[in-house]
Amino acid sequence: MKKVTLFLLLILAVCFSGNVFAISAKKEIKTGFVYVGPVGDAGWTYSHDQGREEMEKLPYVEPSTFIESVPEGAESARVINGLVRKGHNLIFTTSFGYMDATIDVAKRNKDVVFMHCSGFKTAENVGTYFGRMYEPRYLSGIVAGKMTKKNIIGYVAAFPIPEVIRGINAFTLGVQSVNPKAEVKVVWTQTWFDPGVERDAADSLLDVGADVLTMHQDAPATMQAAEARGAYVIGYNSDMRIFAPNAFLTAPIWNWGSLYTKLAEEVHEGTWKSEQLWWGMKEGLVDLAPLSSAVPADVQALVTEKANAIKAGSLHPFSGPIKDQSGKEVVAAGQVLADGALLGMNFFVKGVQGTISK
Amino acid sequence: MKLVMERREISSPLLRFSAPIASIAVALFVAGFLLLASGVSPLAAYKEILIESLGSLYGLSETLVKTTPLIFAGLGVSLAFRMQIWNIGAEGQIYMGAMGATWVALFSGIQNHWVMMVAMFFAAFFCGGLWAGVAGILRARWQVNEVIVTLLMNYIAILWVDYLIYGPWKDPKGFNFPLTAQFGDAARFAEYFNTRFHSGFFLAVFCALILYLFIERTVWGYEIKVIGSNPKAARYAGMNTGMAIFFVLFLSGAIAGIAGFSEVAGLQHRLQHGISPGYGYTAIIIAWLAKRSAIGVVIVSFLMGVLLVGGDSLQLLWQLPVAFVYAFQGLILFFLLASDFFIIYRVKLVKGVING
Repeated sequence: MKKVTLFLLLILAVCFSGNVFAISAKKEIKTGFVYVGPVGDAGWTYSHDQGREEMEKLPYVEPSTFIESVPEGAESARVINGLVRKGHNLIFTTSFGYMDATIDVAKRNKDVVFMHCSGFKTAENVGTYFGRMYEPRYLSGIVAGKMTKKNIIGYVAAFPIPEVIRGINAFTLGVQSVNPKAEVKVVWTQTWFDPGVERDAADSLLDVGADVLTMHQDAPATMQAAEARGAYVIGYNSDMRIFAPNAFLTAPIWNWGSLYTKLAEEVHEGTWKSEQLWWGMKEGLVDLAPLSSAVPADVQALVTEKANAIKAGSLHPFSGPIKDQSGKEVVAAGQVLADGALLGMNFFVKGVQGTISK
Repeated sequence: MKLVMERREISSPLLRFSAPIASIAVALFVAGFLLLASGVSPLAAYKEILIESLGSLYGLSETLVKTTPLIFAGLGVSLAFRMQIWNIGAEGQIYMGAMGATWVALFSGIQNHWVMMVAMFFAAFFCGGLWAGVAGILRARWQVNEVIVTLLMNYIAILWVDYLIYGPWKDPKGFNFPLTAQFGDAARFAEYFNTRFHSGFFLAVFCALILYLFIERTVWGYEIKVIGSNPKAARYAGMNTGMAIFFVLFLSGAIAGIAGFSEVAGLQHRLQHGISPGYGYTAIIIAWLAKRSAIGVVIVSFLMGVLLVGGDSLQLLWQLPVAFVYAFQGLILFFLLASDFFIIYRVKLVKGVING
């Protein structure tokens, strides 16, 4: 049966692509991971590393390799190429800035499969993958909207790129769905990982009266700032409650393991083809960490209800009516923002206090 | 018994030559213990570094790719050092040079490859030069410390480039990601041997030769040396020191700016955040180690390239943490700088008690 499928796929490839191309099935899978930060004990890279370990349990997956703190941009091409030259045949590049380098190396190594996280460029041997993090972000916004007393929520954010803006908007829509009076203040740090800068940004938000914080960063500095000042905090990337046992409410988190396992299986069987994967809560790639006991039971029930609705497909965080900061309606009632618009998102919704440089 | 240090009257050529080599050996020795502690054989690791960076056409090409921006930036910084001017701002000048070259590549509308190359070159040259020139004017007219000015202007340059790529220069087809559009073929260097090795390297070596001739064979070069070693005598001899300070900082920044041109035209093919992962700062160390000689800059840049490219393989092969690679590179630089001390000073054991 598998052979028939493969044969049909090959025929399809010939028919549709015009040039004959298929990645051959690989008996042994040797995977390499390019990380943007150190693995550490929490955060973006840590979550990828957890996924890597889970994937390694497959019998035909050889011990994998990862390279930490690889600078984004052209510099990364050398590292990616190094993985190819050491015989890796499935390579994951886990940050946006590796996009051009991944495409460039892939062009010269057609029999290696590359998966680039969070980008938009593909090739016959390069696919992309990412998660609909805006879904659990929206849920965490509901928690924040219910828990804030001063109606000021602080958001420490790295760079004004669509992914981060989408998260801020989804979070704010969640907040406003339960508490239209609450506002979300955004502070940009212009860095993914810099505990000192992140801490300063978090403190500045606490100084202007925020009583719930959240963040889009890799370090747990925001968690520690909230813990120190007795505010609540919502983490990101991985369950960060150990950094803020009292302040922690919940965290939108990544579970890369299932995706990585599936991709390794596909490459092993020869069924892999280049596509743009964008999984959500339904597939389990993103999720909301268990709510802490500080969250009242009625809020817990509400979040569970909304989570189930998102998984069932009956609730989309970006359903109209949505207004932008100036009050202009950008999504009409009954409409849902399309994936293309989500991927290039470049405006803030009503309720966000902050600016995107243009 | 007491340990005293005294300045050497002259440092012998043998010492000058052997001290850096000895210091690299000591650094390798010390790093060897770190490797042993992580369960890696030091000899195997060093062999791997050399093989990775020099042992194949590919490795060599990558080492030269890495060497290229370091040469430009190192030349720029070392030129200013000649006059005892401390240009800590090569990083920012690289960014400004890259910006100038990018502006030409994206918005000038030039179609011809060579016209485009020349235009990008001069745009980078003047952007980097004027950026450093600000510090030159401040220093020449009002004695403002150029270390502070050049250093702080790095942050301005990087943020300014960020502003451009997040705002007006953002690729309209790039899903709002902070990148400019990719350059057309006219604005790209040639690449060789199906590697990333590009023409920028030849330009860098050519610049080093020109600079060498300029310093050693022209009156201006001579003035720079004199002003550097004795500004009062230079003024007494009728040299216009203020003009020279501005001129040297301008040229220093201009050469660093060419690194930006070379990086965007040869490697990145667009402007984006982080086009220089600290080349401008590494350049300070390079200029220092190269003893301000243009040819020395080329050699030291190459060694630095070997270290950076080979260092990656430690992670790749043995899964050593990235911190180890940094520690390893730091050790080598530490001992190289220490060797400088022993070239200038001699340490003696003196018998008896010395007053004070």
